[in-house]
Amino acid sequence: MVRVLIGVPKQVKRDEPFEVKLLISHPMESGQRRDAMGQAIPRDIINSFVCTYNGEEVLRAELFPAIAANPFLSFAVVAQESGTLEMRFTDDHGVVQTETVRVTVG
Amino acid sequence: MLRRRFMVMAGVGLVVPLAPIHAVHATPAEVAALIAELVGEGEVRDGRVRLDLPVMVENGNSVGMTVSVDAPVGELRSIDVFAEGNPLPHVARFRFGPRAGAPRVATRIRLATSQTVIAVAKLADGSCWRDSVDLLVTLAACID
Repeated sequence: MVRVLIGVPKQVKRDEPFEVKLLISHPMESGQRRDAMGQAIPRDIINSFVCTYNGEEVLRAELFPAIAANPFLSFAVVAQESGTLEMRFTDDHGVVQTETVRVTVG
Repeated sequence: MLRRRFMVMAGVGLVVPLAPIHAVHATPAEVAALIAELVGEGEVRDGRVRLDLPVMVENGNSVGMTVSVDAPVGELRSIDVFAEGNPLPHVARFRFGPRAGAPRVATRIRLATSQTVIAVAKLADGSCWRDSVDLLVTLAACID
């Protein structure tokens, strides 16, 4: 489990896009570096990210080593009804982590 | 300015032998091939995409980037970003679903050197659009 910060407005308006900001605490080791002994440091990044709202897709991202450490993503979502925003990401070891946020349409 | 340039070059010279595994950077031709593969039969035109990146980058380890597309979000299929001077040129691919609220995405990227970064958007009608930014990187990523 890695630390994740998610910024979503508590209350949103129907059919009005709102901004979601996401910050994942992860080194995003690019696989391009060597350690002090000259050994290659193996690649370890979050390679995929999927955001859904009530099960319908918002954004799907394939990430490569050129994404900075502690990856940040910001994008817009549109909601017709209250529901759950789900964010799921996968690292190079195949570990999947899911974060959910409740969104109220008012 | 010249002196600063020299010092940057000298610094890079000192660090490089220790650093990257793929010391070779991607080339514009490689990126062109990747884009051709993405675009398929059609052609890629300039316009409708806006790639926001600073022209002068002090620290290539984390560079804020926003890509937006001048099209209804429902018609946007994907955005791809390529960095011609990075060891691995493909930066990211974003696909937009029915719940996306705007044809826009922002993230932070790594840049290994001064170079051209290209964003390509694919729309539902199959047309492809691009924008590019030439930028100067003072402190390169990947070598710390």
